Amino acid sequence: MERVFMKGNEAIAEAAVRAGCRFFAGYPITPQNEIPEYMARRLPEVSGHFVQGESEIASVNMVYGAAAAGVRAMTSSSSPGISLKSEGISYLAGAELPAVIVNVTRGGPGLGSIQAAQMDYLQAAKAPGHGGFRMLVYAPATVQEAVDCTGLAFRKAEEYQSPVLVCADGCIGAMMEAVTLPEMKEAAPMKLRFFAAEAAGEKRLVVTSLLTPDETQEEFNRQKAALYEKWEREEVLWEEYQVEDAQIVIAAYGVTARIAKTAIAMVRKEGIRAGLIRPITLYPFPYAAFDRLDYSRVRQVLCAEMSIPCQVIEDVRVGVANRAPISTVLHSGGVLFTAEDIADGVRALYRKEG
Amino acid sequence: MENRLIIAGFGGQGVMMMGQLLCAAAIGCSKEALFLPHYGPEQRGGTANCTVTLSDGAIGSPIVRQIDVLIAMNQPSLAKFAHRVREGGVILANGDLCQAPPEGCAARYVPIPVETEAERLGSPKVANMVMLGAYNGIAKVFPREELLAAVEKKLGKKPQLLEMNRAAVCRGMELAALG
Repeated sequence: MERVFMKGNEAIAEAAVRAGCRFFAGYPITPQNEIPEYMARRLPEVSGHFVQGESEIASVNMVYGAAAAGVRAMTSSSSPGISLKSEGISYLAGAELPAVIVNVTRGGPGLGSIQAAQMDYLQAAKAPGHGGFRMLVYAPATVQEAVDCTGLAFRKAEEYQSPVLVCADGCIGAMMEAVTLPEMKEAAPMKLRFFAAEAAGEKRLVVTSLLTPDETQEEFNRQKAALYEKWEREEVLWEEYQVEDAQIVIAAYGVTARIAKTAIAMVRKEGIRAGLIRPITLYPFPYAAFDRLDYSRVRQVLCAEMSIPCQVIEDVRVGVANRAPISTVLHSGGVLFTAEDIADGVRALYRKEG
Repeated sequence: MENRLIIAGFGGQGVMMMGQLLCAAAIGCSKEALFLPHYGPEQRGGTANCTVTLSDGAIGSPIVRQIDVLIAMNQPSLAKFAHRVREGGVILANGDLCQAPPEGCAARYVPIPVETEAERLGSPKVANMVMLGAYNGIAKVFPREELLAAVEKKLGKKPQLLEMNRAAVCRGMELAALG
């Protein structure tokens, strides 16, 4: 397969097209503008449709409409734009509509810095909207993985009739790397079935998130809860890197994880045995990776995240369950880690440990 | 081999193009390459820089504190990034716009008069290509043909400029060999 040199945002867009995406609606916001720009040019070539909506809210609701018609659809935005879309994302979940949402995250609350950061962990992994629904959340660490995760997101969205989130950061979105793209998938309409229709004894497709009577809503919620438990068993993805002999385990996802890999190479030259656990799905979180560590060997866990305060630590704590102290090394607001920043964090822990 | 660079200059000097061409050439000879642009909300005339990593193996961090090579296309870039170059690393500077290297800098300083050379070749626009050639002349990361192929692929749409671009890359390599 030919390797092409692509920017993360454009690679996500092309991967979406190849996964069968034929509808995109979005509203501009840095640092993800290359996604709609690319889609505006590319979708007409494959008989797809691109709409620049009048707002984020309109865009996500157009995706709702496209998905209801059986079309693989996507929208993308960045942090504050995702907050605006969260109402629509909840409606997608409530109506059992498959769609892919891409968040190329920014650096703080409100408008936030436009530069790369990882400030949306809790929103992505815990509460992407009202109503207690969950989404599979993929956090790529390379441009190739952004391509792979986008394809996977479309497959899983369709399989589970659920919105799926690709949570990237401005660094992954802006960087260019060589990627191998998948083959173009044929974009036959999705075959969807809906709880709302079956509950009402309807043969027609009924697309709604208003379920009555109350027992019907309760049954829907029960089925979704069972689905989320299935995801927690079957859909967890993570990478372990040099964990086998590690005394210090770094927990990091997205671009920070690859920065940690270079840091690990640096400290290992000095005889410090460090390793990395990298969640690829932020939800479901790979608690098992932390649970099965040998804590007679692992002395310290270090969360590295481009977020202040640290957010991923809340899940790492659950996995570690008080068996090792957890520290943090953090940047935020658009300040990127250098590999040395994380290496220094590891060295400081190592010295403290003696 | 792993070579980490920062390429910096004014917006409009072709800094991003240089970074992308180096990566394209690296990928052309089956290496790994990573390009990370840095620009804020600046408008035209501001500063631009990018981080480039070329490697035989998988690339981890896109950013490290200590780099191997700085390509400084103007004086502010030299002043800003010279201290990031590791001991024994190389600073390739636009000799027409940069003064002496900063004090206490342990890197090898190589000024290349890229503007003068570009004028001589027919257009100030190809100064970045002279520098690209000079970089490869010193770092010897890929064969000349691979670099020229990348230039042709990326800039081949304007055939009248392509020849000048190729000549500029070759001249840069010569200058590096002389220096």
